[in-house]
Amino acid sequence: MLVVTCPVCDASGDETDFHYGGQAHVKRPATTDPVNITDEEQRDYLFIRHNPKGLHFERWRCDRGCGKWFHAARDTMTLEFKATYGITELPPVELMKEAKGPWAEFFKKRLKEKA
Amino acid sequence: MSKNPYRLSNGGARIDRARKVTFSFDGKDVSGFAGDTLASAVLASGQKVFGRSFKYHRPRGLVGLGSEEMNALIGVGEGNKHEPNLRATQIEIFEGLSAESQNRWPSLKYDIGAINSKFSRFIPAGFYYKTFMWPKSFWKHVYEPFIRKAAGLGKAPEGRDPDTYEHMHIHADVIIVGGGIAGLAAAEAAASTGVKVLLCDENPVLGGIADLTAGMIDGECVVDYADAAALRLAALPNVHILTRTTVVGHYHHNYLMAFERVGDHDPAILASGAPKHRLWKIRANKVVVATGALERPIAFANNDRPNIILASAVRGMIGRYGVTPGSTGVVFTNNDDAYLTAFALKNAGVNVRVVDSRARADGALVKRAMADGIDVQLSSVISAVEGTLGVTAVKIAAYRKGQGRVITEKKVDCDFIAMSGGWNPALHIWCHNGGKIQFDDGLQSFRPKSHTDNIVAIGAANGTMSVEATLLEAQGLAKKAKKFKVEEPVRGALESLWFAPATGKYNEGNKHFIDFQNDVTAADLELAQREGYESIEHTKRYTTFGMATDQGKTSNLNGLGVLSEATGKTIPEIGVTTFRPPYTPYSFGSIAGALTGELFLPVRRTPIFKWHTDHGAVFEPVGQWRRSYTYPQASEDKHQAINREILCVRNKVGMLDASTLGKIEIKGPDAAEFLDRMYTNTFSTLKVGKCRYGLMMNELGFLTDDGVTVRLADDHFLMHTTSGGADRISAWLEEWLQTEWTQYKVFVTPVTEQWAQFAVAGPHARDVLSKLVPDFDISNEAFQHMSFKQGHLGGTPVRVFRISFSGELSYEVATPANFGQGLWNALMEAGDEFGLSAYGTEALHVLRAEKGYIVVGDESDGTVTPIDVGMEGMVSKKKADFIGKRSLEQSFLKSPNRKQLVGLLTEDPTEVLPDGAYAVAVVKDKPPMEMIGQVTSSYMSPTLGRSIAMALIQNGRARMGEVISFPLEGGKVMKATITDTVFYDKEGGRLHA
Repeated sequence: MLVVTCPVCDASGDETDFHYGGQAHVKRPATTDPVNITDEEQRDYLFIRHNPKGLHFERWRCDRGCGKWFHAARDTMTLEFKATYGITELPPVELMKEAKGPWAEFFKKRLKEKA
Repeated sequence: MSKNPYRLSNGGARIDRARKVTFSFDGKDVSGFAGDTLASAVLASGQKVFGRSFKYHRPRGLVGLGSEEMNALIGVGEGNKHEPNLRATQIEIFEGLSAESQNRWPSLKYDIGAINSKFSRFIPAGFYYKTFMWPKSFWKHVYEPFIRKAAGLGKAPEGRDPDTYEHMHIHADVIIVGGGIAGLAAAEAAASTGVKVLLCDENPVLGGIADLTAGMIDGECVVDYADAAALRLAALPNVHILTRTTVVGHYHHNYLMAFERVGDHDPAILASGAPKHRLWKIRANKVVVATGALERPIAFANNDRPNIILASAVRGMIGRYGVTPGSTGVVFTNNDDAYLTAFALKNAGVNVRVVDSRARADGALVKRAMADGIDVQLSSVISAVEGTLGVTAVKIAAYRKGQGRVITEKKVDCDFIAMSGGWNPALHIWCHNGGKIQFDDGLQSFRPKSHTDNIVAIGAANGTMSVEATLLEAQGLAKKAKKFKVEEPVRGALESLWFAPATGKYNEGNKHFIDFQNDVTAADLELAQREGYESIEHTKRYTTFGMATDQGKTSNLNGLGVLSEATGKTIPEIGVTTFRPPYTPYSFGSIAGALTGELFLPVRRTPIFKWHTDHGAVFEPVGQWRRSYTYPQASEDKHQAINREILCVRNKVGMLDASTLGKIEIKGPDAAEFLDRMYTNTFSTLKVGKCRYGLMMNELGFLTDDGVTVRLADDHFLMHTTSGGADRISAWLEEWLQTEWTQYKVFVTPVTEQWAQFAVAGPHARDVLSKLVPDFDISNEAFQHMSFKQGHLGGTPVRVFRISFSGELSYEVATPANFGQGLWNALMEAGDEFGLSAYGTEALHVLRAEKGYIVVGDESDGTVTPIDVGMEGMVSKKKADFIGKRSLEQSFLKSPNRKQLVGLLTEDPTEVLPDGAYAVAVVKDKPPMEMIGQVTSSYMSPTLGRSIAMALIQNGRARMGEVISFPLEGGKVMKATITDTVFYDKEGGRLHA
């Protein structure tokens, strides 16, 4: 039973007080360009997810607290929450740098933009 | 009465000889003393057999002293208070206790299942997998009943448990698991820093095995030190002590579960209203594992005979209860610790000799034993045991590690054996949540290595067997380490002994048991290896080694040792099986806690619930709601009542409590645009005061909800959802607002319970409302179908929606919940002259089916699109984007071979198709047959005087008029013609009347 801390209302609680919402930073293609979406893009959006051993980025909701969605960086091996951050935000820079595999790929561009 | 040879004339620190306690065991009265366990009292009565084994039904006696006991599993209490599978060593006796042994028939002495033992060569490891394979039909009638009768531990209680249980939630800075010397010292050290300490121990008395440990701490013997420490801790305000409380599991982020046996040992506690058991859910910053160590048995021939007991348990029986298993004992060991048992026996006046497998044993205790005149035979093992219901003699053979054959042996009479194969740190709590372990050559066992949680292991649990080092480790919890002066005997080295060779043919009548509880022998483990189950996890599952309630507490290492010798691999190379919670079983009652009966799942009731009850409603669960299914009157059965209600709506007027309908208010400047994203159809074009039916999909393009949404004002909508979908849909809307369209200025507010809502439906609906003098124009012209009015009815504030789920002229009247009952009564009274009657959910379903209206969850199942149900027209072509739009464009969702919603009329109008019946392409004598669809709703329609149904049928809309077949149970086949889904008032004139 994990302990989760909501970055919006600052409440800490058991994971049963929260709701897990799958992988973070999944881009919905139709929101920006509803016309030109290939079947592959739609498939990736709906079904293709990272499954890293180690640092992962997720969505959670503060179910029994403020009701807000937020992001969390969590290590899937140690189960440690490295950070929680706003739903519209990117993770802290040091965690973007620490990310491996497809996440490193994903954050590379964002890090460049930040720099 | 002659003197009882098993109850020593003195000694027994835990018993009160002045207080005799009588209880019943297998129907016989047995007496013991206050403080006895069931194990000590029964053993003191001279009984050695406590149960029969799982597979071979061999007679079994005690092995352990506490929670490690795997043989003496006892059922306690009678009837609905019965609790099976309790360890005799943990059951504290009280006057009137009723207990019985398990897994035997008809009695412990004569057990019919013991015949299994004679056939044991035909019941090898993996027997069930090998034998019960074919034919399949034998499973139900032959194999399963046989296995259930032959195997099984204990029996379930009869009837509902009358006792109460509870859950407790608690936070602690430091939790200490185990109250032995290590735990007590750690608790004192931690408490000295001022933090909140929780100390849990499974025994009634703190101290662990301090009383069985040799040595002095600061001039006091170990047990006195422990007693004093327990008293000091009890006086501290920041220390919370829970005894009779087993920490059964350690989970992520230092979450622990502990099981407290509150009232098991004393019926007076239960009578005072206390719960029987308590389940503690604990969150701790730091966990200290001070769980001690468990002594391991030795694998020698017939080592499972009753009265072959762990050396520490024999020592405990003497020291705690003044009980000896017999008058002549053999201590069989490979280590120094068991010599303490030899001393205890000698001091108690019991004849004892020691058989030690080591060639060199020169520790202080061994020397003392020799000096005391105890017969110590080194380089020796027990090669055979005589006796079946007990021990009558043993054979002792010369032994040298690595040279496994018995050449000569000597028979020695005795009536019990105290065995010790060394000690295993109790790693369960350490390992439950992924703690790493390492093999320790000195212990010949595993000890903790590393952990990702904030957790430490100390003392014997950490493989630290000396008292002095244990106390030192505990000081790690303090700011300033305390110093102790400890005197303890210096121990000689242990030499592993995984298998003591026997005379005669291996495994022929001389089984070397590894896992007593699951009847797994050394031969079984080797067989599993030979048959290719090389991984230890496979061996475990194939042989059942280390499974069940015992979870390998005493057997794990011995099994690994046997496999190591069989394969030539080292024990760390073989590895260990996963330690899983619980440490010991805990009751179902404690898991349920207070959440039973009415509290199991809170029931949601509408404001009209009492009226429904008073008027004979039959309820049905809809989500957590209880809704009126129908209202049978006087002599009606349910079927008649439903038909009357339907016809009342069609011909006169009916009223339905629709308060459970999901209601969500959506408000803000971007509300309309937001709804356009959520629904397949368009809401931005909806005029204020108008209603529109909407369909909702998920991103996969499948239907998830439907309902009517009303535009209350330009920036204000009221959404209706299905009764079951209210919470889900409001969370769904919130999610999209918060995570995707964060720029939208929209509030989503669930208001389901704020409103009572009634459907007044039927030709006289307008007449009923008119009688209550609405302060708004209710005429057909001014208040058309799919529109909304706000005002008062009979002075009560109302929102009225002219919408219909029955196909009749219909108003849904909503009023703030507190006005609900008053308005309901007023409408009932007003409707009296028009024949108004309440109708329930079944009438509602038939009425809507007659009109071909879908129910999300009946006509759809999560794999059905709006197009499948024939609502392509409601899926906007103009809107650029809405949830599910892009997925709906995938080719496979447009295939004509998808199942489509159609109506069905059975060939025989008096027959109703079963819900869910499958349609097939071609009827054959027996399955398999190609299935082409299934019935989604099916009813007898009193309006039409015939049965009707809806179904999802492959390419159904192109098959109008086709007759399809539904093979049913028993060879019957029903036929039905595919039709349109609207069976009644196809033009819809009644809606607009």
